[in-house]
Amino acid sequence: MTDNNEIEGSQEPKATGGTDGGEGRAPKRVIGTPPPAGERQLIASDEGPPADRPGVEFDERSARKAERVVATFFLLAFLGSLAFIVYFIGFSGRDGGMHGIHRARESNYALGSAMTVAFLGIAMGVTVWVRRVMTTQPLVQQRSELATPPEEKQGFTDSFLQGAEETGLTKRPLLRRTLLLAVAPLGLAPLLLLRDLGPLPEKRLRHTFWGEAAKAAQRSGKKGVRLLVDGTETPLKASDFNSPGGIITVIPEGVEKTHEPLNEIAKAAVLLINIPADKFKPVKGRENWHINGIVAYSKICTHVGCPAALYEQTTHHILCPCHQSTFDATNGAKVLFGPAARPLPQLPISVDDEGYLVATADFPEPIGPSFWERG
Amino acid sequence: MKRFTAWRRRPWAGYAVVLVALATTGVVYAGFSPKADTAEASNSAAAAQDMANGKQLFNQNCSSCHGLNAQGTKDEKGRQIAPSLIGVGAASVDFQVSTGRMPAMNPGAQMPRKKPVEVFRNPKNVADVAAYVQSLGGGPTIPAPEQVDPEKGDVALGGKLFRTNCAQCHNFAGSGGALTGGKYAPPLDESTPTQIYEAMLTGPYAMPLFNDTTLTPEAKRAIIAYVVQTREEPNPGGNGLGRIGPVAEGIAGWTVGMGLLVLAAMWITARKPKKQHD
Amino acid sequence: MSDVQAPKAVDAPLTFLDDRLGSSTFLKRNMKKAFPDHWSFMLGEIALFSFVILLLTGTFLTLWFKPSMLEVVYDGSYTKLNGVKMSEAYSSTLHITFDVRGGLLMRQIHHWAAILFMAAIMAHMLRVFFTGAYRKPRELNWLIGIGLFTLGMLEGLFGYSLPDDLLSGTGLRILQGVAQSIPVVGTYLYLFLFGGEFPGESIIPRLFTIHVLLIPGIMLALIVAHLMIMWHQKHTQMPTKGRTNQNVVGYPFYPLYMAKQGAYFLYIFGVLALLATFAQINPIWLFGPYDPSAISAGSQPDFYMGALEGALRLMPNWETNVLGHTLSWNVMIPALVPLGIIFTGAALFPFIERWATGDQRSHHINDRPRNAPVRTATGVAVVTFYGLLWLAGGNDVIAERFHVSLFATTWFFRFAVLLGPFLAFMITKRICLGLQRSDAATMAHGYESGVIKMMPSGEFIEVHLEAPEEQAAVILSKEEGKSLPAARDDNGIPAPGSRNPLGHLRLRLNRFWNVDSIPIEAGHGNGHGNGHGDGEHAAVEDGERATAIGSGSGTGDRS
Repeated sequence: MTDNNEIEGSQEPKATGGTDGGEGRAPKRVIGTPPPAGERQLIASDEGPPADRPGVEFDERSARKAERVVATFFLLAFLGSLAFIVYFIGFSGRDGGMHGIHRARESNYALGSAMTVAFLGIAMGVTVWVRRVMTTQPLVQQRSELATPPEEKQGFTDSFLQGAEETGLTKRPLLRRTLLLAVAPLGLAPLLLLRDLGPLPEKRLRHTFWGEAAKAAQRSGKKGVRLLVDGTETPLKASDFNSPGGIITVIPEGVEKTHEPLNEIAKAAVLLINIPADKFKPVKGRENWHINGIVAYSKICTHVGCPAALYEQTTHHILCPCHQSTFDATNGAKVLFGPAARPLPQLPISVDDEGYLVATADFPEPIGPSFWERG
Repeated sequence: MKRFTAWRRRPWAGYAVVLVALATTGVVYAGFSPKADTAEASNSAAAAQDMANGKQLFNQNCSSCHGLNAQGTKDEKGRQIAPSLIGVGAASVDFQVSTGRMPAMNPGAQMPRKKPVEVFRNPKNVADVAAYVQSLGGGPTIPAPEQVDPEKGDVALGGKLFRTNCAQCHNFAGSGGALTGGKYAPPLDESTPTQIYEAMLTGPYAMPLFNDTTLTPEAKRAIIAYVVQTREEPNPGGNGLGRIGPVAEGIAGWTVGMGLLVLAAMWITARKPKKQHD
Repeated sequence: MSDVQAPKAVDAPLTFLDDRLGSSTFLKRNMKKAFPDHWSFMLGEIALFSFVILLLTGTFLTLWFKPSMLEVVYDGSYTKLNGVKMSEAYSSTLHITFDVRGGLLMRQIHHWAAILFMAAIMAHMLRVFFTGAYRKPRELNWLIGIGLFTLGMLEGLFGYSLPDDLLSGTGLRILQGVAQSIPVVGTYLYLFLFGGEFPGESIIPRLFTIHVLLIPGIMLALIVAHLMIMWHQKHTQMPTKGRTNQNVVGYPFYPLYMAKQGAYFLYIFGVLALLATFAQINPIWLFGPYDPSAISAGSQPDFYMGALEGALRLMPNWETNVLGHTLSWNVMIPALVPLGIIFTGAALFPFIERWATGDQRSHHINDRPRNAPVRTATGVAVVTFYGLLWLAGGNDVIAERFHVSLFATTWFFRFAVLLGPFLAFMITKRICLGLQRSDAATMAHGYESGVIKMMPSGEFIEVHLEAPEEQAAVILSKEEGKSLPAARDDNGIPAPGSRNPLGHLRLRLNRFWNVDSIPIEAGHGNGHGNGHGDGEHAAVEDGERATAIGSGSGTGDRS
């Protein structure tokens, strides 16, 4: 693959003493009475002290000792692997396999510990082996110049130009231009082929299921679409949701029966809040969008779309737990803090003949994050 | 055990204790004396006694802030020091006192959970003071043990409701989370089922409330079942790292993972040991 | 060399290959390749081997995982979720966790390996940056590295999104919000990506293919290229005695380095198994299935996306409406600018440095960070910037654990990310120069031996000893920066190339790079430093005086 002009360096150690590791390490300070300075070798000889030469001078005794250490590690690793196999075959399959959280836990501890011992055992064994048994010496190799010598480079340039000349491309413009023309559309093909990845935006982002459902309800003579408690799917009466400081997540009635309920809920989720009537300040023009302080805001944050669901009943703040955009529930969900730029859209709600909370229309504006065509 | 603790906090738990004691006494002294009569006879007398005890406890422990008539107090500038307790109900008192949040030394926006003060470690005293406050103006009552029994809750529904209504503050596993202004949603690992119910019902501090007509008692029991089961289930994958999500995982990856591997790299690449001298 | 015969088991296959490929020449030339040793050279291996482990465990997981968003009702061994509606992706992940033996272990190893992979790339890139190992001829590998890091972020994000749990769905929701807010094409991009509206039924199958095929394929190709280039160029080495720009001192690949590599691979696998056994990661069963109206407190991404998350949190709520079109600066700026600056800056840095310093040589000896103060300080400034954004991504956890106000943390980080990097730059540069001074002092007067000597006069002095040769070699590895010719020479004639603004900028950068440098000379004034910058010289002399007063002269004690 490479290394064509590499000149192999000598494999004999040339200068060895202290070649590895010790980058700029200052000699240790001696605290207390030092040995006479003369005993310390202050200036290293060119060859370095022989004891410093790595990997060479192990005597047989220490090597044998190391071998035993290595063997112990390898044995340990073997036992680890063995334990893995024994547990897997002998225990994990009892009662017809691993089912549930307790057995998953047991199995994770057993298999994982065995695996850890097996891997780390070999790894540590090899480390001791490399450090205390292997006699391989460090090498000094010469680096070769990476750049090609100029004459060779020139040779390549010449061949390349000659080749280009031979094809005739350089002196036949018609050939060249029509070839380009023929190739260019091929580059566009992928773009076309990706067209059917998804639908065009159209007005999709501007509406939610609330509008559709409210209109349908009104056509059948009702006041609007009922609000269902998300999770229990029960309609909610205004008189039931009567405690100031209360919240609940609601979805439009019938959303579960739509073609793609999750997509609809992802746009239509609403946080219903009961704000003490004396604290609530309806936005101008929305005076009849609430019932005695019961107010409905889109749960989809106007920043990047997390559910802004965290409500503090003491401060009346709605907080998005993702990026901490904070909205004032008493005042049209105006932004108080954080990265969101716009208030949470408000859903106009009312009460139908039976006392149930209903939405009378869609949100007045697109919900969720901003987009280019939003306006 | 937990069910028993919850049971002990019921307002009639005290009565039951009296009843059992009397029954035992009766058995010992009179052989087959009619239990029902004894109990009934003692019931009204005991109730009056309990109410007196509750009032006394209130005056000693609560009235300095909440006022002798539980009407609440204000400082000279008209700011509220302590809210009125009329109409907060026994559930609220039981929650605040049994979690040790009240009586508070320094009232603030949020009280941490702590061990209840000496006198309120006796569940009967908590029940008495709760009954007394209930008598002042009604309000949500303490749920029956059956209502908070985690064994009876629909845990699948509870999970859905918890994630939609609770997890935004208390986190997916009830480990707690941050609110604004230094407030926080506390972890749910010590809350008893009764306390969880009462918190949903009364909305202590910044917490919004979920009354019984919005989230039915059954839905609440489902949530309790989910919370209790989640905190009791082991972490199959090892240490749960506080069950707070990826932040703890990132820290563990860098410190433990990278730390160990750098140590291994240092060992592997360290200068070879010198010749072993004898 | 000799006529020793290899055992038949070795000889036969080698001969087979050699007869057909002529491979022995290649093997002979390469098997003894020297690899310099240093612990920090292993950081890249962590990434490499984590990638291998990711491929292995990932393949295991695909055998059971169903990348489908079809709704199913769970009925399995994790009883708490029985009867809950969820996607097949989520339910098959539960199946891997609770029903497949070793499935949880493999899932956890996979996720921990992803964490280590990204952590190791970061650490490796920092090592390369601070030692100047990206310099000529290694710029290409530096660029490949940046590409791998970017791909790794995407790969992690997509993999993280696959189980379709509440946390990963929240991540996708944010991805959708960010995509939607891109000017002009945002809504198209969003709908094309999700195959309709969020969440739809296409995103997980699509991300699955990208996660298991497309990105790993590209990464594999880049990693192979990275290693081939490294092999061909030979590794850099730390500046120690006996090492020059023309040689490589190290251990031969075969057998020693190979054994070390094998051991290190097993260390990595072992540590990952250890983590996967004792530290639970991504407990999707606790998160629950994705539900667009639900959210958890502390919804964070994995750490390598933390800086992006932090930027999103810190950004003020700027948005403008121009001619009926909405521009969400509050999303666009944090999504593009911070990481854009860091990645583009990192990619251009080798070229800017080469241009500003006028240094066209090849470098095979690593710089000590202190000897390139501007580079080191720039690096620390970027680390500070990134680190603060990263911390800001967890500001709710910080607020909760330390009981401080959430908004206060946001305000703190808003200022800190802007001011912190400058402060870090200045402090780091000063520290580097301080270390250079200490090096210069060591060369001039020796090191403090710790030996206290009583003079005949009764005065105590500390004996200074000449630095040992090994240490001296390290200290003397400092290269003086080359000053470009001044903009105007003594006669006021502009130098060539400095007339245009670009030329001026280059001179400025060059001066900035070189102005604070402490000349380090071997022994006593017999060095080669030409002492440009008189102010610095004075500073060194100040230092010298201080040394002399504090500890006496060491010259007399040289043995």
